[in-house]
Amino acid sequence: MSADNKHVMIKVENLQKHFNDGELKALNGVNAQIHQGEVVVVIGPSGSGKSTFLRCLNLLEVPTAGTVTFENVDITDKKVNINIHRQKMGMVFQQFNLFPHMTVLKNMTVAPTTLLKKSKEEAEKKARELLKRVNLADRADAYPHQLSGGQQQRIAIVRALCMDPQVMLFDEPTSALDPEMVGEVLDVMKGLAQEGMTMVVVTHEMGFAREVADRVIFMDGGVIVEEGTPDEIFNHPTQQRTKDFLNKVL
Amino acid sequence: MLNAFAEWFSGVKAEFVLNFITKNRWKMMLTGVENTLIITFVAGLMGIAIGIVVAIIRSTWDKTHDTMRPGIGKAAFSVINWIAKVYLTVIRGTPLVLQLLIMYFIIFASSRNDLGIAILAFGINSGAYVAEIFRGGIMSISKGQFEAGRSLGFNYVQTMLYIVTPQVFKNVLPTLLNEFIALLKETSVAGYVTVMDLTYAASRIRAATFSPFMPLVGSAAIYLALVMFFTWLVGKLERRLRKSER
Repeated sequence: MSADNKHVMIKVENLQKHFNDGELKALNGVNAQIHQGEVVVVIGPSGSGKSTFLRCLNLLEVPTAGTVTFENVDITDKKVNINIHRQKMGMVFQQFNLFPHMTVLKNMTVAPTTLLKKSKEEAEKKARELLKRVNLADRADAYPHQLSGGQQQRIAIVRALCMDPQVMLFDEPTSALDPEMVGEVLDVMKGLAQEGMTMVVVTHEMGFAREVADRVIFMDGGVIVEEGTPDEIFNHPTQQRTKDFLNKVL
Repeated sequence: MLNAFAEWFSGVKAEFVLNFITKNRWKMMLTGVENTLIITFVAGLMGIAIGIVVAIIRSTWDKTHDTMRPGIGKAAFSVINWIAKVYLTVIRGTPLVLQLLIMYFIIFASSRNDLGIAILAFGINSGAYVAEIFRGGIMSISKGQFEAGRSLGFNYVQTMLYIVTPQVFKNVLPTLLNEFIALLKETSVAGYVTVMDLTYAASRIRAATFSPFMPLVGSAAIYLALVMFFTWLVGKLERRLRKSER
């Protein structure tokens, strides 16, 4: 529904990330564009650099070289206040990372009330609406450790949504979940995609990629090997490395 | 038999009267308890303040100096971290009594505020131990908590303030209170710089009455009562904290 709108939200140019003084080159010159309303799924073998790529988009990993432009601002520029831009880029982690000392509601309202100066009532109202959408309205006063993994990850998603982000970054959101909980998290993500949220998703869920992605990026060895629509990547891959990878996982 | 007991009892009573009632010597003990508690509380709070700052400096450096961009900021930070390290090494590597004496006879030789100097010495000493307790606490918080905070748009200080420190406090509270109890007993060397703490009060009474039993055992009993009271308090607090997690 989305890629017709060609407004470029994130533009990545020649992105490089080296660890251990250049011994490990996790990213080796990545160029990519994320358009508004687009769902981009990044796949690839482990160690391919896909998570590093995602984490560079909001500068959780500071790139060694190259630029990331978000809404026409080069956020790799040292003079840019990255915190302002991160407010507009929600992120969901493999390990959920809910704040264990806060209730679900507090998890969701601490950032809006502190950073966006929303009133407590306003923030809680939005939080409760979002909780209802993910069928967890009754768990508002629970602590994270009282929830299942799938519930925690759904809370983590709506916690990020409380900041009204323009784009959502997902870093293997279902990899730490028991198999029976993967579906409930993917359903929430599908719902988001249908509402037109711009999403970048690193995942091993090929079914999700096929069904939801507007564009699939296949990464290996710190570079983008191939990208295209799900049909192109899964049914007519042109690169040998893509074929090998898909043969292993499908 | 009864007679012997009566004799012993009147002896104890005379000792008690001589050491605590005569010349209102109990007032000295009371001043001693008061000063011991004042030093412990104020130095304890000072130690926590110093400890938190030093712990944040040390753990921030340890966590981020690999990825920090080189420049003046990093150079300045490395100097601050070095100072913090020297502080921890010197304070934890020398005897408390000597630190107290150095403060009193060298650094503040011209000041006659004995109590103030003692509080400062104990506070600075305690800060080094509290810093290590807090640093351990901060390092035990998973990287994901920092990243979750930063990804929502919190800056480093806000992440520390709203997300990390509350968890650290909860984790280290029992250890911290034990440090406080240790401090209470350590203040017994305050008499070295003529501060009338509980131990020094007992010594002074002993010197005046030439009867060591009552003042020494009496002050030991008071320390024990205070420590047992605070230990009970810690246990209660711990149980409450655990409950809030359930």
